[in-house]
Amino acid sequence: MGRYFQPEIESASRQEILDIQNQKIVKQVRHVYDNVPYYRNLMDEKGVKPEDIQSVDDIKKLPFLSKADLREAYPYGLLGTDLKNCVRIQSTSGTTGKRVVAFYTQNDVDLWEDCVARAIVAAGGDKGDVCQVCYGYGLFTGGAGLHGGSHKVGCLTLPMSSGNTDRQIQFMMDLNATILCCTPSYAAYIGETLAEKGYKPEDNKLKAGIFGAEPWTEEMRHNIEKSLGIKAFDIYGLTEISGPGVAFECEEQSGMHINEDHFYAEIIDPDTGEVLPDGSEGELVFTALDKEAFPLLRYRTRDICVLSREKCSCGRTLVKMCKPRGRSDDMMIIRGVNVFPSQIETVLLNEGYTPNYQIIVDRKNNSDTLDINVELTPDKFSDIISENVKKERKLESAMRTMLGIGPKVHLVPPKTIVRSEGKAVRVIDKRKLHD
Amino acid sequence: MAIRQISVFVENQKGKLYETLKLIADEGINIRALSVADTNDFGVLRLITSDTDKTKEVLSKDCVVNTTTVIAAKLEDRVGALCDVIHTLALADINIEYVYAFTASEEFGAYVVIRVDDVAKAEAALVAENVPILSEEDIKDM
Repeated sequence: MGRYFQPEIESASRQEILDIQNQKIVKQVRHVYDNVPYYRNLMDEKGVKPEDIQSVDDIKKLPFLSKADLREAYPYGLLGTDLKNCVRIQSTSGTTGKRVVAFYTQNDVDLWEDCVARAIVAAGGDKGDVCQVCYGYGLFTGGAGLHGGSHKVGCLTLPMSSGNTDRQIQFMMDLNATILCCTPSYAAYIGETLAEKGYKPEDNKLKAGIFGAEPWTEEMRHNIEKSLGIKAFDIYGLTEISGPGVAFECEEQSGMHINEDHFYAEIIDPDTGEVLPDGSEGELVFTALDKEAFPLLRYRTRDICVLSREKCSCGRTLVKMCKPRGRSDDMMIIRGVNVFPSQIETVLLNEGYTPNYQIIVDRKNNSDTLDINVELTPDKFSDIISENVKKERKLESAMRTMLGIGPKVHLVPPKTIVRSEGKAVRVIDKRKLHD
Repeated sequence: MAIRQISVFVENQKGKLYETLKLIADEGINIRALSVADTNDFGVLRLITSDTDKTKEVLSKDCVVNTTTVIAAKLEDRVGALCDVIHTLALADINIEYVYAFTASEEFGAYVVIRVDDVAKAEAALVAENVPILSEEDIKDM
């Protein structure tokens, strides 16, 4: 049995957790009803009053929130406290031009960082560890989350942010990093680069890696573990709920423990919205039990997964979620960034193209590639080659602004994009991430 | 005086050039001059034909097509003839996008197709130097 960051919670009895949750939900629903008019309207429409919610069993009476609500309420519509009580904004990669912005009070940040600290300790982290954080720093929750968690544990934190692999490796080797935090694809890339530079897995001091923000397979885990000589742990989270650390893997590496004292998880039927019993596959829904600034209740993640209450050998009693088996809509995660076909469509329409396009996602040398074929229209076509190439570059630049990652754009003749049953096949994902 | 050129967007894939050319051949249209420029993704086929309107009509059904005005200038059969033509345009401060050459019969001689940023100005400059320029009438039945 390993160590815990907050043993009184992480190994509490089921009843103790339920007591905490029941107490928090009553208070939280009242807080939201009183302070978030957007959600109060949803509750009123459904005929639910705060006093109807007496325990977590009553959560199923509450209305859902979806990404569409977040877009509609952008930017302040779901704020649960006065802005002057907030100390932080984080943001998602955004959809159709409108990003989701989440607000945090100092208490929200503290609780979030506690959650990440639990993940780091579960991965074997302690004071004296050197924690190299190469998630992006900035609006993205990856850098900020792991950075804060690392401080809470008392690790010596290396705030590298993403990119510049040579420097990552130099600091990793010179400063004896013991824990690596980044996307799994970047971890694999670092592993390959180390080998190219002639380092053997035992040459580095790393013992563990905490990898998340994009889907990855068991096969990839084994590759990373072998190339870096570490144990690789998965971490799960979403900006809407807090950030990384909503759930985390322990030494058993068989699913992620949800920090359910802070986040109440449900599995629902994505079509009917009906709550399904533990062990069923369905859409994961979270209720933030103590968020003050951005208190989302029943937020639909669109992640399809299964919850399990089977006893875990690590001694933690927190419910476990499996790796999400896919999204219930068409969102793609490319290089750790959420990409929606609708964003690409928006750019094309803005630039005067037809929305006939095809997205091809692949993984080459452990890094995701994004190619977009765009049907050309006669008015855009020039007899001068460089004029056409310029149009491709212009689209690439507009897409980079919208998506946060740079695709490669290829102009193709009209009607050449494969259509099945009259509808264009929008996305071809050639990455083999799921069995 | 200048003539119209039809440009066609062609995917950089096996058989695509053939498919495009066959559309023209099947209509009995004669190609007078052509050039193909390409990138990794696509090619641009530029054509001067015996019947520009018909070519445009036929190709527009299945392809992305554009019509541009270009100059077809006659070259004397001597060293430096092309050099002189290009020099004339340079002196007139005309920007050249691309050039390609073609011939038909011995008596017809050699020509260059020149795509410039200012056709009228280029034409005037060449006429002033007595360089013969083709019209669409000239290429109809050469």
